[in-house]
Amino acid sequence: MSTTAQDRTRLEVDITVDVPVEHAFRVFTERFDEIKPREHNLLTVPIERTVLEPYAGGTIYDVGVDGSRCAWARVLVHEPPHRLVISWDISPRWQVEPDPDRTSEVEIRFVAETPERTRVALEHRHLDRHGDGWEGFTSLDSGDGWPLYLERYRAIAEREATDA
Amino acid sequence: METSTVDPWHALADPTRRKVFARVAHGQCSVTEIARDLPVSRPAVSQHLRVLLDAQLVDVHQQGRERLYRPRLSGLEGLRRELESYWSQTLTRFKDVAEQTYEPTTPAPEGKTR
Repeated sequence: MSTTAQDRTRLEVDITVDVPVEHAFRVFTERFDEIKPREHNLLTVPIERTVLEPYAGGTIYDVGVDGSRCAWARVLVHEPPHRLVISWDISPRWQVEPDPDRTSEVEIRFVAETPERTRVALEHRHLDRHGDGWEGFTSLDSGDGWPLYLERYRAIAEREATDA
Repeated sequence: METSTVDPWHALADPTRRKVFARVAHGQCSVTEIARDLPVSRPAVSQHLRVLLDAQLVDVHQQGRERLYRPRLSGLEGLRRELESYWSQTLTRFKDVAEQTYEPTTPAPEGKTR
C-alpha cells in the first residue's frame, strides 16, 4: 500500500488485491460493513451494521444496536466494476455535516491489472471544504474534540501493535 | 515531503507520552512546566518530548532562556492524517475480505499462469 502527500487538501491510498475487478468492486460495495473501521462511530450506541446503498443517490448509513441510524455519506457515482464516488458528510469533529458545500469527496477506482489482479486506488479530495472545523483543530483546547482524537490515535496504534 | 523517524501513531500509544502531548497541545510550555503539571519527572518528560519531536507532533523554539514546546499538528494536516489512517485500514481489511472470499469458479485455462 502506498500513500502520497503533496497536496494538503487531498490524499491518496492504493492497494493491489489478487482478485478480478468485478469481485473487488462487489466486495467493496456489498461488504463495506466488514471493511469499515468500527471505532469510527457517530452514533451513541455500538454499530450493528453499516449499509452502502449501491446506486447513485443512495447513502451509506450505520445502524446502531438500538435501531438508530446515521447516514454519513451519499453515493454520487456507482459504476460497477470500475468506479465509486461518495461524499464524506462528516465534519472534522466527527459529526454529520448537513451542508453539502462543506463535505469532501472520495473516489475509488478499480483497475484490472490482470484478469485476476486489481489495483484499487482511493482518493479523498477537497478536504479544505470542511472549513472551520479543521481550523479548529489548531487551537486544540476544545474540550471534547481533542481527547477523542487522541483516543482514536490510541486505538489504532494499539491495534497495529497487536497485529504486528 | 517530510519524513519522521517515529510513527506518530506509535508515539502516542504510550499513555504517559499522550499526557505530555495533551499538555503541549493545551498551550506551549517548557519541560519544567510539564513536569510541574504532571506526575512525571523532568528527565522522563524530556525523553517523551524527544519522541514527540521525532514523530513531528510537536516542535520547539527558544524564548529567552527557555525552550518552549508547542503542537505541530496543524488542523488540516491532523484531519488528513486521520482520514489517511481510516482509509488505509479500510483498504487493508478490504484486501483481506476480497481475497478470502474469492474462489475461481472455473479452473484457469491450460497454460495460463496467475
